[in-house]
Amino acid sequence: MQILFKTRYEDDIRFLAKTGEKVRVGLVIAFLLLAPAFLQNYYLAELGLLLVYAIAGIGLMILTGHTGQVSFGHAAFLGIGAYAHSVLLSHGVPFTLSVILTISLCGLVGMALGRSASKMHGFYLAVATLAFLILVETVLGEWSSVTGGHAGFAVPALKVLGVNLGQVWQQYYLDLSFTLLVVWAASNLFRTPLGRSMVAVRDSELSARSLGVNVEWIKIQAFGISAAITGLAGVLLAHHLTYLAPDVFGVLESLKLMLMIVVGGLGSILGAIFGAIFVSVLPVLLSFLKDVLPAAIGQQAGLEPLLFGLIIVGVIVFEPLGIHGRWLKLRYFFETFPYYRKASFVRQKSYLKTERMR
Amino acid sequence: MSSGKRLSVRNLSIVFGGVHAVEDVSFEVEPGEVFAIIGPNGAGKSTIFNLISRLYQPSAGSIQYGEQDLLELKAHQVVRTGIARTFQNIELFEQATVLQNLLVGRHSHMNFNLLSSLLFLPGMRARELKHRRKVEDIIDLLEIAQYRDARIADLPYGARKNVELARALCAEPSLLLLDEPASGLNNEETNDVSFWLEDIKHDLGVTMVMVEHDMSLVNQVADRVMAINDGRLLAIGTPDEIRENAEVQKAYLGVAA
Repeated sequence: MQILFKTRYEDDIRFLAKTGEKVRVGLVIAFLLLAPAFLQNYYLAELGLLLVYAIAGIGLMILTGHTGQVSFGHAAFLGIGAYAHSVLLSHGVPFTLSVILTISLCGLVGMALGRSASKMHGFYLAVATLAFLILVETVLGEWSSVTGGHAGFAVPALKVLGVNLGQVWQQYYLDLSFTLLVVWAASNLFRTPLGRSMVAVRDSELSARSLGVNVEWIKIQAFGISAAITGLAGVLLAHHLTYLAPDVFGVLESLKLMLMIVVGGLGSILGAIFGAIFVSVLPVLLSFLKDVLPAAIGQQAGLEPLLFGLIIVGVIVFEPLGIHGRWLKLRYFFETFPYYRKASFVRQKSYLKTERMR
Repeated sequence: MSSGKRLSVRNLSIVFGGVHAVEDVSFEVEPGEVFAIIGPNGAGKSTIFNLISRLYQPSAGSIQYGEQDLLELKAHQVVRTGIARTFQNIELFEQATVLQNLLVGRHSHMNFNLLSSLLFLPGMRARELKHRRKVEDIIDLLEIAQYRDARIADLPYGARKNVELARALCAEPSLLLLDEPASGLNNEETNDVSFWLEDIKHDLGVTMVMVEHDMSLVNQVADRVMAINDGRLLAIGTPDEIRENAEVQKAYLGVAA
């Protein structure tokens, strides 16, 4: 059993206070850095795509998991990011500038959406963000002079600071560096007053407000940060897709992002990453499975959505905290061995909360 | 460190639908005083708190704290005038740790922006440490060190009450609004609360207004008591005077004893 003796206040600010955490994170980063050396191009591209979805998941996690604001419209920010970046590139704007402009644009659109959504709760918010998504999808489809409309839009070649990054491993390293940057920035956020205020808004708007938190402004900022990060994922996604069509960024894509963070585990950055692994690895596993299963089952249409759905229902019923929650239990089991009991994680009964003053 | 500010509430009224939840209530709370509000259920005690902390908009009347007209402020600006509060039904941030809850209590003293948060610029660390020191002082005062890293959802009821009091104190208030600090606590815990309230009054010099049903606690700590019923003021006086007041007895017992 490992006990962490804290001797300085910095111990609560530092990332990765425990040795075990350092080792695990170190191993993961080492694996990601060395992956191009032993992975075939196909798997490397899939891994790059996984990282892109991890970024998008972290974007949505900050808004939904940490600030408690549901958004079914996040594919719109993927779309705005992908399209704005591609259009800028095709007009000769260099990559770095284009990324900065695209992220700022997504951030501003996100804040505008947050401004109008900041007084809404629950279903109203979900419907409003869904309407926003449909609006964006329609604009992307109809504004054909700029976006190419439903015919699609070819993404210009990936070229950073004058260097062509046409190889799969080059693009992979670009994805990886942005992923590490986003994970670091998001982790920073939650050791500062701004991140804590977001969690406060999620858990009790009432007391957050009476402690001096400007709830509306925090929500607007959360929408802004979340949209900017998702927009960045859109930028990277554009280079994976190489050809953009408006219907890629529709309701299904939004649902995929939402499923990612729910299955991964709401309220933690690690959960978003677990979720990205889940949605990226499962289709690959299923394609293996299809070969093994008898043809009558394996060749059925709709097998993949069915299994996806079953797993999600299973997760929500049996492990509401998602993969991240399961991971915490596993870790706790080993750290406290042999003292772990089922009761260690049974939720305490929650006490009456004031609902009438929302 | 009493700031010497007086809370004055004049002719305060609020109407919900057709119900006069609070009607023409006036009172003053002197600096350094412990002022209790009592009354039967539904008398409008918590509503008065919600009016002072600007969660409700009064239909008439004025609320002043020192020179500041509170009705000019929004709910999140009230704490900056030095008014902090607790809630009747405990409004903590359930999924966060005690420490994080208390740090949010420091919010009104913090300044930060988006960029310094995302990049954790050097000044941020120094400021975080400074606020942590203040939080630790409160943790010592209320003896909740053993809960520091526990999630609120895992804490027993009594501990949550203490944490909520601690969180309000982290705002370094000059006026503390306590909504039933002893409700749901056993005798021993209620005694602890009364000691702490004495400490807070004497060591921190905080003025307190509390809503409470437990008359033994009110008698122990309150300097003056206000009794209300059906949103209307019945009487203001010392605990003894209020106990002997015929109007108050009638409100509680139905007939004058």
